[in-house]
Amino acid sequence: MEGDIAQMGQFIGAGLASVGMGGAAIGVGTVAGNYLAGALRNPSAAASQTATLFIGIAFAEALGIFSFLVALLLMFAV
Amino acid sequence: MAEPAEDGGLVFHPMDQFIVKPLFGGTEVGMFTITNSTLWMAITVLCIIGLLVLGTRRRQIIPTRMQSIGELAYGFIYKMVEDVTGKEGLKYFPYIMTLFMFIVCANFAGLLPTAFTPTSHIAVTGVLAMGVFLTVTVLGFVKNGAGFLGLFWVSSAPLALRPVLAIIEIISYFVRPVSHSIRLAGNMMAGHAVIKVFAGFAAITAIAPLSILAITAMYGLEILVSFIQAYVFTILTCVYLKDALHPHH
Amino acid sequence: MATETHGGEAESAGMPQLDFSTFDNQIFWLVVTLVVIYFILSRIALPRIASVLSERQGTITNDIAAAEDLKQRAVAAEEAYDKALADARSEANKIVADAKAEIQSDLEKAMAEADAEIAAKSAESEKAIAEIRESAKDNAAEVARDIAKDIVAAIAPGSIDAKSVTAAVNAKMKG
Repeated sequence: MEGDIAQMGQFIGAGLASVGMGGAAIGVGTVAGNYLAGALRNPSAAASQTATLFIGIAFAEALGIFSFLVALLLMFAV
Repeated sequence: MAEPAEDGGLVFHPMDQFIVKPLFGGTEVGMFTITNSTLWMAITVLCIIGLLVLGTRRRQIIPTRMQSIGELAYGFIYKMVEDVTGKEGLKYFPYIMTLFMFIVCANFAGLLPTAFTPTSHIAVTGVLAMGVFLTVTVLGFVKNGAGFLGLFWVSSAPLALRPVLAIIEIISYFVRPVSHSIRLAGNMMAGHAVIKVFAGFAAITAIAPLSILAITAMYGLEILVSFIQAYVFTILTCVYLKDALHPHH
Repeated sequence: MATETHGGEAESAGMPQLDFSTFDNQIFWLVVTLVVIYFILSRIALPRIASVLSERQGTITNDIAAAEDLKQRAVAAEEAYDKALADARSEANKIVADAKAEIQSDLEKAMAEADAEIAAKSAESEKAIAEIRESAKDNAAEVARDIAKDIVAAIAPGSIDAKSVTAAVNAKMKG
């Protein structure tokens, strides 16, 4: 019985950690959307900023990856 | 892999594909054991040789398809290094090219069915990221001496804020290798695990078509992610290198 | 849903990524792989691709230069052609003008000759006409005198002598 409760806690914790991915989704969306808005205003400057776009996406995404990692750790490693 | 369990439910083993196991018998993984990880790293090396050495063997002025892919990769990374780090960074171009080619080839090779993905392991990406981190840190101190610490002292901020910013900068500096490695490993692992989970659902006849459709879509996304993660890893390496070469904002 | 933690397989306990017993193996082979790739790239692949790219750049530059050269030669040839054409045209014009002038002078000479001839001829004819007119006048006077004498003789024979008739006829003819 105790083991079952612990397992339930793991699964609930993993599910809660997965919510963090939504934050990463918002972040990536903001970065990409703002890039697009800027690129449509000034298309000639867009090409030089794709690298910055990917760096921004990578940073935003890293935090989502962290929450995914926490979920996985709770599921499989704890 | 999933198979109907005895009690009629489904058993998912999405992480089984990441198990490192010896290729030639035995269960112990020693330091020099040839494992499936070793095999796929070797395949990665062969891919790189095939693309960049055999593909450019004839040194044609009008390139073949293989040669133009190699030249494209070369030009892509060369331009990235030049754009981000400037002319001084070109000295480290072979190092960055090595990282990029290894990651991109390992990612793509790992997408083959039944393949093992070395870059989905935190041990592998951790070494790659720590290598970048240590190289960049040492390089920063060798090139700039104590001036490298100026990276943490934001001279454009008000004086009162600077110590706080310095602490934040130092923390973010030391989190770099962590996020750098986990981003790559996590992306690769997540994509492969999700595909495996959908593959598990395919055992149920009713939702099998949907599941297969989802696998196809995820696979397409994974191809994109494989390249983008290699690109992101490389460009972040370039950015860190730029910090080491020009620490003043 | 069962996780590996409860799956009963000893080797798949937990996340394979966190199985530290495989770390030294992976790290060792990773380092070997990276060193191999680094040497392949820095010794063989990258210099070769760089040389191919610069060779291509050189070829393109050369080709562009050659094309530029050819273009200039074509322009020079065109200029020479234009010049030859202009020369030929002016030569032709000159020849035409010369011929025209020659013909003109020939024509003028011929006209002058013809004019002179015509003038000579007309002078001659005028002289002949004058002679004829002179002789015709004399003849007419003769005839008139004779006729007058005859008429006088017929109308009034012996009343007037021949001399006075002649004088009268002459005076009439002059008047």
